Amino acid sequence: MAGKTLFDKVWQAHEICQNDEGQSLLWVDRHLAHEGSFHAFNKVAERGLDILHPECTTGIADHYVPTDSRNLIAVQPKVRSVIEQLVNNTRKHGIELIGLDDPRQGIVHVVGPEQGLTQPGLLMVCGDSHTSTHGALGALAFGIGASEVAHVLATQTLWQTKPRRMRITVDGELAPGVSAKDIALAWIARLGADGARGYAIEYAGRVIQDLSVEARLTLCNLSIEGGGRCGMIAPDDKTIDYLRDRPYTPKGQDWEQAEAYWRTLFSDQDAEFDREITLRGEDIAPIVTWGVSPEEALPIDGRVPDPADAASPSRAEQIRESLAYMGLEPGQKLTEIAVDRVFIGSCTNARLEDLRAAAEVLKGKQCRVPGMVSPGSTLVKARAEAEGLDRIFIEAGLEWRESGCSMCVGMNGDLIASGERCASTTNRNFKGRQGPGARTHLMSPAMAAAAAVTGHLTDIRELKG
Amino acid sequence: MEPINVLTALACPLPLENVDTDQLIPARFMKEPRLPRGYGDFLLHDLRFDRNGSPTDFVLNRPGMDKAGILVARRNFGAGSSREAAVYALVDFGFRCVVAPSFGDIFASNAVNNGLLPAQVSEPDTERLLAALDAMDARLSVNLEAQTIAAGDVVVGFEINPTWRLKLLNGWDDIDLTLARAYEIKTFRSGYLRAFPWLG
Repeated sequence: MAGKTLFDKVWQAHEICQNDEGQSLLWVDRHLAHEGSFHAFNKVAERGLDILHPECTTGIADHYVPTDSRNLIAVQPKVRSVIEQLVNNTRKHGIELIGLDDPRQGIVHVVGPEQGLTQPGLLMVCGDSHTSTHGALGALAFGIGASEVAHVLATQTLWQTKPRRMRITVDGELAPGVSAKDIALAWIARLGADGARGYAIEYAGRVIQDLSVEARLTLCNLSIEGGGRCGMIAPDDKTIDYLRDRPYTPKGQDWEQAEAYWRTLFSDQDAEFDREITLRGEDIAPIVTWGVSPEEALPIDGRVPDPADAASPSRAEQIRESLAYMGLEPGQKLTEIAVDRVFIGSCTNARLEDLRAAAEVLKGKQCRVPGMVSPGSTLVKARAEAEGLDRIFIEAGLEWRESGCSMCVGMNGDLIASGERCASTTNRNFKGRQGPGARTHLMSPAMAAAAAVTGHLTDIRELKG
Repeated sequence: MEPINVLTALACPLPLENVDTDQLIPARFMKEPRLPRGYGDFLLHDLRFDRNGSPTDFVLNRPGMDKAGILVARRNFGAGSSREAAVYALVDFGFRCVVAPSFGDIFASNAVNNGLLPAQVSEPDTERLLAALDAMDARLSVNLEAQTIAAGDVVVGFEINPTWRLKLLNGWDDIDLTLARAYEIKTFRSGYLRAFPWLG
C-alpha cells in the first residue's frame, strides 16, 4: 500500500464519517472570524441555533478597520456598524476578540501564525479565501463561505469532498531578488488561475526548505489564486522554532507531545500525488502581473502580450479585454509601464521580512510616486518601528499606516482612484479590486519599492546592480 | 431551500473568463445588509453601470434580461474571494443556474448552499451553448436529474458533485443533516481529544 501524503494524514485525523456519496464530515479545530462574518452570525441567529464551541473561534478585526488612526468617530457609519457587529457577536457568544484596540490586532492570516493559533496538523477555516496561508505551518486550512461558517459555528464541523493531491516541487536555489511571491506567480502563470482547482497543494523541494516561515506563509497564501483548495508545507525545524513560545502554542509536556506529533506530518517517501509539477528555482525571475487575473503574469524583463499571438480566439478576446482595462499596448516593455502609486501591505506580503525587503530598497531614496505601507499586524508595526523601518518609509515619502486589509480590498475606504495604476504587494489584480477602475500590478515587496523609487515597473536586479 | 429539478429559463451569455467574485459584487456593497432590498442591484455592478451610474451596453442591461434565470460564462467563474455575497447577488437578481467550464470551488459550494446550480460543462460545449444563445431566443432548459442542458436542438451534458446534486434536487440544508449526527460528532470528539490531548 502506498504511503500517505501530508494532506492525507491531516485529513484522516479529522474525518468523522462519510455520506453515501463519499463526502466527508470533518472536525474543525479552529475558526477565525472577521467583520465580514456578520452574514454567518446572522444565519445562526435566524435559525435560533447556539454556537457549539465558542472557544474554537477567535474574532479578529481586519477587513474594515481604518488605517489612518484607530478612531472610529471619523469612520463612515456603515463601516463602523460592520466593525461593531463583530464586537457584539463575539461578546454575545463568549468568543475571544482581538479587536481594533488590541495590541495583537492585525490581518487574520498574519495574526493566526504570529499568535500561534495556527499549528501543524490543525484543521482551520475562515470566511476568507486566503486562509490557505496557514498551511505554511502544516495546518489544513482553507477559506469557506458564510453558509459554511454558520455550519461551523453551529456544529464545529464541515462537509467537504476530498480534493486530489498535487505536489509543486521547487528544486535548486532562488536567484537574488527573487522571492516567494515570484514562485507563486510563476506557477500560477504556468498552470492558470484554475490550474490547481480541485487539488490540495503540497509545496516541497530544496527551495521550499530554504524559505523562511514568513516566506512560506506568502507562498501558501497565494495557493487560492491558482485555484488550490489549500497549500501545505511539511513542518520542519524552522516551523517548530517559529512556534515555540507563541502565546497559543502548547506549553511544557503538552508541547513535547505536540512536537512529537508534528514531526510525523510529512509525505511518506512512497506517497502518491495525483499531479506533480516541478520548477527550478534558478529559472524563476521577479514577476509582475500585467492583466486582471493573477495568471496574467510575466517576468519583469518581458513585454505585454499581443492578442494576435494568442492560442485561441477566446484567449485573444480575453487579452484584449485585459489590456483595455489596464490601459496597456501589446508589445510594450513591462519596465516602461509608469505607476501612479504603490501599496505595501496585505495578508500576502506585510510581515516583518516583507517590510525589511521593501525598506532595504527604499533606504536613503526618494519615491517618485505616493504610496502607503500597512503592516500585517500591530505587532509587526511595533517591531518594524523598533528597527527604524517606519523612518525609512516616511523619509522616502510613503505613508506609514495602522494594520488592516486596507488597500488590498478597499473595504475600509483605502482606495485607488479610477484609472490610477498601482504597484501592489497584494494578491488580486482583479478589475475594480482596489477601487472602481483601479489598475493593479502584483509584485513582491522589493519590486513594489523599486517601482516607487523609479516611478515605473522596475527589475529589482537592475536597480540593485 | 427550494429544490431544483428541471429549470427552463431565459439565459444570459457572458463570454468572459475569470469572472471573479470581486466583479460579481464589488467589495464596497458588502457592508449593506442583504434585507430588505437584496443584492440583485449590485450584481456585476461595475460592468452594468458607468461611473455616473448610467446603464452601459452590457448584456445584462439588454431588454428582457432582468428575467434571466441562467448564466453561461467561460472558465474559472467565481474565482477569488470567498464572499458568499457574490452568490446572493446572482440569486437576488433571479439566477438559479450558472453554466461554465470551471468554477472557483468556494464559489461553487456557496452556490449550492443557496440553491444556485453550478453546472460544469466542457469548454467546447460552453462555446456551443454561447453560439446557440447568440442565434436563438436564448432559452435554456437544465435538467438536474438527467444532468443535461438543452438549447433548442443542442443538448449537452454537465457535471456536478453527487452530494451537491442530491442537495439541490431535494432542497436539503447541511446544518439539518449534520445536527442529526450530533452523537457521532460527540463520540468522534472524545476520541480525537484522547489522541491529541494538548488540544483539549
